[in-house]
Amino acid sequence: MKHIISALVENKPGVLAHVAGMFAARAFNIDSLVVGRTEEPQLSRMTIVVIGDDRVVEQVRKQLARIVPVVKVQDFVGQPVVARDLMLISISAPPEKRAEIFSLIEIFRGKVVDIGPKTLMLEISGPESKIEAFINVCRPYGIKSLARTGTIAMPRQARVEP
Amino acid sequence: MKSPSAAPADSAGQSAVKTGAQIIVDELIAQGVDTMFGYTGGVVLPLFDRLYDAPINFIVPRHEQGGCHMADAYARASGKVGVVVATSGPGACNLVTGLANAMMDSVPLVALTGQVRTELIGNDAFQEADTTGITRPVTKYNCIVKDVRDLARTIREAFYIASTGRPGPVLIDVPVDVAVTGHTVEGPVKMSLPGYRIRTKGHARQISTAARAINKSDRPVLYVGGGVIAANASEELRALAETAHLPVTMTLLGLGSYDQTRAESLDMLGMHGSAYANYAVQECDLLIAVGARFDDRVTGKVTTFAPNARIVHIDIDPASISKNVGVDIPVVGDAKIILTELAKQTEYRQRKEWFDKIAEWKEKFPFRYEQKSPGIKPQYVISEIWRQTAGDAIITTGVGQNQMWAAQFYKFNRPRQLISSGGLGTMGFGLPAAIGAQIARPDEMVIDIDGDHSFNMTMTELATAVEHKLPIKVCILNNGYMGMVRQWQELFYGKRYSKSYLKNPDYAVLARALGAVGLTVDKKEDVSKGVEKMLAEKKPCVVDFRIDREENVWPMVPAGKSISEMDGLDILESMG
Ligand SMILES: Cc1ncc(C[n+]2csc(CCOP(=O)(O)OP(=O)(O)O)c2C)c(N)n1
Ligand SMILES: [Mg+2]
Repeated sequence: MKHIISALVENKPGVLAHVAGMFAARAFNIDSLVVGRTEEPQLSRMTIVVIGDDRVVEQVRKQLARIVPVVKVQDFVGQPVVARDLMLISISAPPEKRAEIFSLIEIFRGKVVDIGPKTLMLEISGPESKIEAFINVCRPYGIKSLARTGTIAMPRQARVEP
Repeated sequence: MKSPSAAPADSAGQSAVKTGAQIIVDELIAQGVDTMFGYTGGVVLPLFDRLYDAPINFIVPRHEQGGCHMADAYARASGKVGVVVATSGPGACNLVTGLANAMMDSVPLVALTGQVRTELIGNDAFQEADTTGITRPVTKYNCIVKDVRDLARTIREAFYIASTGRPGPVLIDVPVDVAVTGHTVEGPVKMSLPGYRIRTKGHARQISTAARAINKSDRPVLYVGGGVIAANASEELRALAETAHLPVTMTLLGLGSYDQTRAESLDMLGMHGSAYANYAVQECDLLIAVGARFDDRVTGKVTTFAPNARIVHIDIDPASISKNVGVDIPVVGDAKIILTELAKQTEYRQRKEWFDKIAEWKEKFPFRYEQKSPGIKPQYVISEIWRQTAGDAIITTGVGQNQMWAAQFYKFNRPRQLISSGGLGTMGFGLPAAIGAQIARPDEMVIDIDGDHSFNMTMTELATAVEHKLPIKVCILNNGYMGMVRQWQELFYGKRYSKSYLKNPDYAVLARALGAVGLTVDKKEDVSKGVEKMLAEKKPCVVDFRIDREENVWPMVPAGKSISEMDGLDILESMG
């Protein structure tokens, strides 16, 4: 099962190495790991997606909490969360296919961020499932390259998606 | 434990400009350090200059690994934080085994390493190593201090982190330019550790649930690890075992937490533990683990460990709970506090049937050895040491058969009496450990019960013992083999003794060359006299006991078996 773990960490050198090293040393699998600044300059947030049964993920959570510069750890499993990935994807887009591609972008609420003679670079964000679905619809055109941020997440206050 | 923010007034005056090196020394002294271990080198020269006339007893080992083990054993024997210093590059790299050893056994240690100048870091400078990178997995915490203004605080934090919660080694890497930079330390040093919190009290409801489970249990067993010793909770353990009437088994690192001469002691459990401890664990209905971590050497096949038991686990480290074995009643906190609480909430129960059964196992399967054999049995040597020291010596060990025999045949009666490398199993720990322990406990008898090949690894430290006139005793159980490896090869590899023996020196001669006393005992009838001579010696003394070469450690739980499936019980019974 997939768990999204959010860790607030001190913004110090070596913290990422410590976290990554712990995952490697304890043979936990990271699906994705995102680090970014927060509203407080001395703190960063790591959002880590881990796949494992509850016992494994419980260990992940505890082992993370044990790292001295890790301030707070939350496992969002079972909670309503907003989880988002951002992707840049460059696909072959010969002129005769562009209209079709633009309508796909519309459906997925994506954006064209670069136009080349034979390619388009698109930006799309959303839950992982949407990103995966978009990759699938792009495949027939030919994917030139692709970059994803990995998941960031926050618990929801409202119970339903607005 | 020191409170995080309390800083003693600076005796040197609040606003004097000090170099980084002086700040380190002053902070060490403020932390109560009066003894430390370490080895010099280029980038630590400023620090060593400040140590030149500091009121600190400084012991220089012959190798940094030895120094780190000394600091480790010093900490284990004294309950204080051990301190070790090394230079950058090779010096820091030589600490790695010692740090890993302290990490696995949760020993409070602060390591200070020098680093090349800040502006050279990352350039493959002379004697540069990525010390924090290399040591990150073998320390509880480490960091590099690149700004002299952070130095005092970081050292204070290092001591606090090393000694609180589940203790462990902390390494601080200090570039040489930071050590020579002047800085005015103003006001009290305040720690800043927003991510470091320890739960000590234990959840009241969990404690009462555990107490009820104990009161209800017909066949309880206390399973005690090194955490009880680290928490200085042996008194509280004894009180609980007495109040609630519970049998007690210990891990290797737990030995000494409960007096083994008491009737409730089941001695050590696990791979080479007692049959009665292993049977009791497998048949108990309640296992109360305290400061232990369900290591595979203890549990054997983990899925069949204590199959009939509900499990209570008391530990300061939440991550230890349900790591290897699912726990029914977890209690996170300080063993001292929680055991005290439990003793208040539990009542005495006779449990006659259970104790009768245990007595039966004890009667049937005591630790035994072949007394009639003409050769020297290692178990006999240890029994003799135990008898002649009235069970009161501090024992350090090598790793292998010697270690297991020491654990089986010396009966420990108080905490911090056995100092052994449990988690990492580091050959070569015994001798430097004896040195560290003797320095911590100058008035006690300290004996290293060692293996020949373990001794070979760090024997250079004998020179350190001689230099400091430490009356340590080294009892080499010399079987001419890496005995534990040979035992496995005998049992599981058709006696193909592949690379498990080396040509040993004459240890008595070697000892004398280094300025120690050296004796050889190769006859059974000389063992008692040899031990007597060794104990009477005021100088470091090495005794080379030429033991039966192919003696095995029994019982033994083969890898992957349940701990009640012990080999060698028939052999032990046949000796009865
Ligand atoms: C540093 C290190 N290297 C290798 C091992 C693997 N090992 C475990 S026991 C052992 C043999 C120990 O021989 P000795 O010290 O003579 O003890 P004995 O078993 O003979 O009592 C070896 C090689 C180890 N534990 N530590
Ligand atoms: Mg040997």
